[in-house]
Amino acid sequence: MNFLSIFVLIPLLMLLGLWAARNLNQVRGVMVTGSTALLALSVYLVFAFLDARSLDPQSEMLFVKSIEWFPPLHITYTVGVDGISVAMLLLSAVIVFTGTFASWQLRPLTKEYFLWFTLLSMGVFGFFITIDMFAMFMFYEIALIPMYLLIGVWGSGRKEYSAMKLTLMLMGGSAFLMCGIFGIFYGAGGQTMNIIDIANQTGGAHAIDGNWQMLWFPMTFVGFGILGALFPFHTWSPDGHASAPTAVSMLHAGVLMKLGGYGCFRIAMYLLPEAANELSWIFLILTGISVVYGAFSACVQTDLKYINAYSSVSHCGLVLFAICMATETASVGAILQMLSHGLMTALFFALIGFIYGRTHTRDIRELAGLMKIMPFLAVCYVIAGLANLGLPGLSGFVAEMTIFVGSFENPGTFYTAMTVIACTSIVITAVYILRLVGKILYGTPTNPHHLQLTDATWDERFSVICLILAVAGLGLAPFWVSDMIQTGVHPVIEQLQAAGSLFDSHSNPFL
Amino acid sequence: MDYSQFLSMQAELSLLAVIIVLFVADLFMSADNKGGKGVYNTPLPVALLALHTLFLLYSLCPQSGSCHHALSAGSAFGGMFLSTPMTTIVKLTLNLGTLIVFLMAHRWLSREENLVKQGEFYIITLFTLLGMYFMMSSGHFLMFFIGLELASVPISALVAFDKYRYESAEAAAKFILLALFSASLLLYGVSLIYGCSGSLYFADISRFFPSVDALFLLGVAFFVAGMGFKLSLVPFHLWTADTYQGAPTVVTAHLSVLSKGAAAFTLLSILIHFSFNEIIFQAWNEVFVWLIIASITVGNLFAIRQRNLKRFMAFSAISQAGYLILPILGGTAQGMSSMVYYLIVYTVANLGAFAVINTIEQHSGKLLIDDYNGLYRTNPKLSFLLTLCLFSLAGIPPFAGFFSKFFVFMAAFSAGWHWVVLVALINTVISLYYYLLIVKAMYILPSETPISPFRSDRYTRAALFICLAGVILLGLVGSLYTYIDTFSFGV
Repeated sequence: MNFLSIFVLIPLLMLLGLWAARNLNQVRGVMVTGSTALLALSVYLVFAFLDARSLDPQSEMLFVKSIEWFPPLHITYTVGVDGISVAMLLLSAVIVFTGTFASWQLRPLTKEYFLWFTLLSMGVFGFFITIDMFAMFMFYEIALIPMYLLIGVWGSGRKEYSAMKLTLMLMGGSAFLMCGIFGIFYGAGGQTMNIIDIANQTGGAHAIDGNWQMLWFPMTFVGFGILGALFPFHTWSPDGHASAPTAVSMLHAGVLMKLGGYGCFRIAMYLLPEAANELSWIFLILTGISVVYGAFSACVQTDLKYINAYSSVSHCGLVLFAICMATETASVGAILQMLSHGLMTALFFALIGFIYGRTHTRDIRELAGLMKIMPFLAVCYVIAGLANLGLPGLSGFVAEMTIFVGSFENPGTFYTAMTVIACTSIVITAVYILRLVGKILYGTPTNPHHLQLTDATWDERFSVICLILAVAGLGLAPFWVSDMIQTGVHPVIEQLQAAGSLFDSHSNPFL
Repeated sequence: MDYSQFLSMQAELSLLAVIIVLFVADLFMSADNKGGKGVYNTPLPVALLALHTLFLLYSLCPQSGSCHHALSAGSAFGGMFLSTPMTTIVKLTLNLGTLIVFLMAHRWLSREENLVKQGEFYIITLFTLLGMYFMMSSGHFLMFFIGLELASVPISALVAFDKYRYESAEAAAKFILLALFSASLLLYGVSLIYGCSGSLYFADISRFFPSVDALFLLGVAFFVAGMGFKLSLVPFHLWTADTYQGAPTVVTAHLSVLSKGAAAFTLLSILIHFSFNEIIFQAWNEVFVWLIIASITVGNLFAIRQRNLKRFMAFSAISQAGYLILPILGGTAQGMSSMVYYLIVYTVANLGAFAVINTIEQHSGKLLIDDYNGLYRTNPKLSFLLTLCLFSLAGIPPFAGFFSKFFVFMAAFSAGWHWVVLVALINTVISLYYYLLIVKAMYILPSETPISPFRSDRYTRAALFICLAGVILLGLVGSLYTYIDTFSFGV
């Protein structure tokens, strides 16, 4: 048994523990023990990975272990990590850990809530450790379905509508995705589901025919892209986030949307490089729209959660945008942006949840002067806002900087123009963040009832401080992360360059 | 006559033995039930059927020295009867399904009006099972037809089992009329096939048949239409909803899984015999593509609007039948294993859902989806089980349904039917919608008058336990599919 599988084993044990738990304290005990163990394990993994990487700089995946699962169909349970997945595992562990504390006060049906919550995190961890397409897809779907009940039962507002819309849109995406996976599997000879084998054409796989790639690439990219809030399939995201309970928004924006970007990069770009070079201009335009449109939409919203949800659309659009740029720097930036966005959106949603829990409104027209009433939460909100608009020293700056520098590396008017358009989102982000901060935090409180409200409790402070430390840590010392990511990005970019370049695209009318 | 031929009919003979024992036991034991409680009740048939199942299971074990007959393909009576390991696996699945149905039926059969006829229920059900055995093992159209009739005529008696209920009788009338109509269509098709090819042996038809003419294709079309009735494929599905709704819930469960599974497997076995002839094979594939797409889509779209759970499950079963015969396309070995695997998973998941529906109906008499509002607050375990079974039917991991759907799609994809797979995949999203409607009713929607908490009887709990174990383990434990696959194409 490889130690990576412990990432799936711990949630499994947590599920059993929750099943057996009889009262609230036992439920909390199981959750805290489990999520701490996951966090510790992912920190240990970082060090173990860095050690192993310095000994073995060549192989793409480390700690690889394969177990036969369905031999007649060439399906295996194969685990392995590279720099990207290690970073993602760390992110997921942080969010699950803080999410546990953020839902400390949640009622009713706490046990059931944590059951689905844990099942969701099991899917997320499983997705990041496996490198077999079937196993990845299975964990991907495991992560999606608990969302329905988490939003539907414990959500607020139009929760039934939002939960159904979210589930159906994401499942629609995975229908296309499944087709794409079949296409890749049979296109490469139908001998192996292992991503590394297909990419390197080992283990019985051969190159996928270029014409078929043109069919499977859009399916796979859109399939994952729906989860990454790709325009025009992003509409589930604002509704879903607005209706979800606090920790679920955190987990969803913080981790689940990263599954989309990771999948696009790891499966669509890596395994279908010819089509990626040929067709990425289409997705570049779509993601460019996501970036700008998301930011503009955030400007006109009045609900705190909707603002943050559209801001997520914009920032996650930037992830896919950078992936489509297909340069090494931009791709590193994309992964950094996933980390940074995951942490700061989780922070944002946590704070919004805490404020909403006190004021019972998320309408910014009814909120004012919170700085006087709940200074701790308000200061944290300012920090989150600054990270969001890319203040140097916090994580957002590092990620966006890397993305735009990487995007400018692509010569050609089309790519430069797209980069400039995407850059404008920084300004628009500043507009809505500063407007928001000024509106709800400063000024004098208008609602007399709000004056009696209290500041954050210990569990809330704890989860918020953890997230702020992570955001600042990533912003101040980005290099150990970006170096680690670079080793993971390198093989994918090599694969893309071996298959041609973005400028060979015959279908791009802008070239 | 060579009596050793009967050795290849072990499954049929042992089932017949079970039926005879039950018949005799019924005569001698149930005469005295003045106290309102029958002397002989669920344990005896369940135990006998379990014994029979274990016997079949034992005969599948590769190690057991004397029981190689089930493992090696054998034929009897000049090729009329064929026995292969794969048919034994399907028989085993149907056995398991019947066992679950028996366990579910306990409370329903213990009712005042059913107590006196519980023996009949077991015997009739087992006779349909015997018919399915013969149907699947047939190598000749005559044998096939005898099996088919033995499997379908007694079912109409089962459908009418609640004879004092108006709907039950109506459902039985609809069922028997359409079953006979479809049987006659099928027979006409068979007669045309015989007229063209001069043989009723499956193996001979494609071998001796030089070229395809319109008459032969017409025969095949009638044959497919007849089977379409059995499988309730669109456009031959019109009896399904009414019959499912009117029949006692236990019988609906039986109808939706067992007779469907047997028919699907038989269809594929016959197709594989024909697939040596390229032209028949092509035509057959073309027909099935449309039948499959129509069944999946129409079943899904109609299921969305249903308010009655049994009607709902009827349309869900129509669409599931489409998925079940999806791997028929291409007629590959992979298709056969994935179909059998799908059938096994569908059996436990669908019967699990029916077991919950049945126990709720028996305790509260409620059958509408709206009645399930707030069920989680009052009966958390039952609603959790129903959720798992519905997730499995919708193909959500980590439950077995995900694996079986994935493999079915994979088989059709590898046979080259990419666009059909895509259509079917998009349909799974629609099916997820209506399965989630029930989940929503149970977990999310509040209710003024929820179903009051109750404890189901121990037989139902046993049935639910079997289904739960199947839904969770059949997928994650990969060895079952691998085992099935070693016997594929043993037809």
